[in-house]
Amino acid sequence: MRAWLPTALRGLLLLALLAFLVSPESFEPLLKPLVQQDAPAIYNHGSLLSLTLQHLRTVFIATAAATIIAIGLAILVTRPIGAEFLPLSRSLVNIGQTFPPVAVLALAVPAVGFGEKPTLIALFLYGLLPIFENTLTALTNLPRSVMEAARGAGMTGFQRLFQVELPLSLPVIVAGIRLSVVINLSTATIGSTVAAKTLGEVIIAGLQSNNLAFILQGGLIVGALAILIYDSLSGVEKLLTRRVGRR
Amino acid sequence: MKIRFDKLGVVIALVAACGVFSSFAVLKPNRILQGQAQSILDALPSGMGWGLLLVLVMAGTAAVLRMTAWAKLIAAAAALLVLVLAMGYAATFLTPSGNSYARVSPASGFWLLLFAFALLAADAMTRLRPPPWMRILFLVIAAFGIGGVLMSGSWNGLSIMKEYSGRADVFWTEAGRHVMLALGSLAAAVAVGLPLGIFCHRFTALKDAVLNTLNLIQTIPSIALFGLLIGPLAWFAATVPGAANIGIRGIGAAPAFVALFLYSLLPVVANTVIGLAGVPREANDAARGIGMTDRQRLFDVELPLALPVILTGIRIVLVQNIGLATIAALIGGGGFGVFVFQGIGQTAMDLVLLGAVPTVAMAFAAAVVLDASIEMNFRVQNGARSA
Repeated sequence: MRAWLPTALRGLLLLALLAFLVSPESFEPLLKPLVQQDAPAIYNHGSLLSLTLQHLRTVFIATAAATIIAIGLAILVTRPIGAEFLPLSRSLVNIGQTFPPVAVLALAVPAVGFGEKPTLIALFLYGLLPIFENTLTALTNLPRSVMEAARGAGMTGFQRLFQVELPLSLPVIVAGIRLSVVINLSTATIGSTVAAKTLGEVIIAGLQSNNLAFILQGGLIVGALAILIYDSLSGVEKLLTRRVGRR
Repeated sequence: MKIRFDKLGVVIALVAACGVFSSFAVLKPNRILQGQAQSILDALPSGMGWGLLLVLVMAGTAAVLRMTAWAKLIAAAAALLVLVLAMGYAATFLTPSGNSYARVSPASGFWLLLFAFALLAADAMTRLRPPPWMRILFLVIAAFGIGGVLMSGSWNGLSIMKEYSGRADVFWTEAGRHVMLALGSLAAAVAVGLPLGIFCHRFTALKDAVLNTLNLIQTIPSIALFGLLIGPLAWFAATVPGAANIGIRGIGAAPAFVALFLYSLLPVVANTVIGLAGVPREANDAARGIGMTDRQRLFDVELPLALPVILTGIRIVLVQNIGLATIAALIGGGGFGVFVFQGIGQTAMDLVLLGAVPTVAMAFAAAVVLDASIEMNFRVQNGARSA
């Protein structure tokens, strides 16, 4: 495969996605064969563009909150003051991953009601785990020689954390964020079962009215978003890895 | 003697204290209306309420002080058991006699207390570093404990059990379907993914193409993939003779099964490839040196050495499938999701719990069992290597 081909494909994917979101009607002939005669081929209960933006906003808020808390917690348990929490936090991460998204979503409803809130909670919890796990792995596997050197140079704990440990861990942390975002983009669609405004609404409308075109467009938009975001975060990760100088 | 505190224990005790001061149970006029919150002392006869508080304070003290992990584990288990039994009693105590509409559900305080002491138990267990067989033993004891409480009928007054008793038959049918969906699709994914992974390992040209395709499938959201398979399967059922007879239909379990199978392929194939790639070159050279055929080498050397990594893939798949199988209910595929979505639709939260709690328990048990078996495999291997 030629080196420019993947980049070109991604560019095309981005263009196709934008074109579809801005003017879905022009794609109608493509989707028309999938639906029964007089059924609409393009989602008609709201603008796809605004649903996409709301979807992204929900994922962004949840992942951003998860990133801050997860990194904070990982820093805490790797300091001497929080060392007692380390073994438990490891097993909690393990246990947390066994909770199915639908269950978390459904159990959040009685606490906060229907709508965007339960979705934010579920996405936040799901986002926490990969970021926490990666940050923890990165912080506990730093090269010993570098840490000794930092200590030898007389750096304080704070200086070591912000000037040595975090910068060195950044690529692995970004990999965790990337994983979280991709999982959450897909999980957010389930949020529409509890009335959150996400692209899941389109898919669920399709399931309810037996409209394949709706299911397909909802699914493909989310898939395309996931691929594009995954790739750009991979790019960021590579850039950071090169800057850190570890390959 | 200076008393030393356990930092984690202090956090646990604080969570438990919040739990004690929040409401313990809710009394609702019927299954969907909002209810009236009751504190521990309101929800139980006063002697029992104070007794429960005493046990909780004792277990909380055990958490705060530095004690052996065993002592903490026993304190946590005792607190959990008493808590659960008290909840069951609260249901009988609160429900007005002769009122068959009133429902009693656990409230936030109960869940906080449960969470706090489960944390204490989890921490104690982590510190004990139990060998794999002991973890399975703990799991069996916990399962028997929960089973015992449910069988004894002490929870029968609670709303979730009333939801259950109304649909006990359906519950077990859906449970069977859930297990069938999760395990069946896993078996299919192993049957296809393992040879595919071995193939990818041998013919590296294919590896990237296969893994990239499987990666693409993972980006499609589950509810969309379930839906998208309805069309092709309906067509398949209509055109292939006999397909409809063995239960393949556009909606129902078939698309759910295929979707779960497709999601499962990536972890199985990827981990098989990684596991095989991690087999030390010396092991392969030695096997070749003693004149093993390719086939013998694969089954006697490569696969056994790659087994822990492959099992890790299977663990990921099983836990993920148990969770995802809940979504099958959206397309009529059955499983515990039926109760979750019915409950959401009727805003009957205890019905949601009836679907969600068994799913979580199943995923958790699957994770514990597979983790233990992975570790056993590692030990066998390391033992064999050092021997």
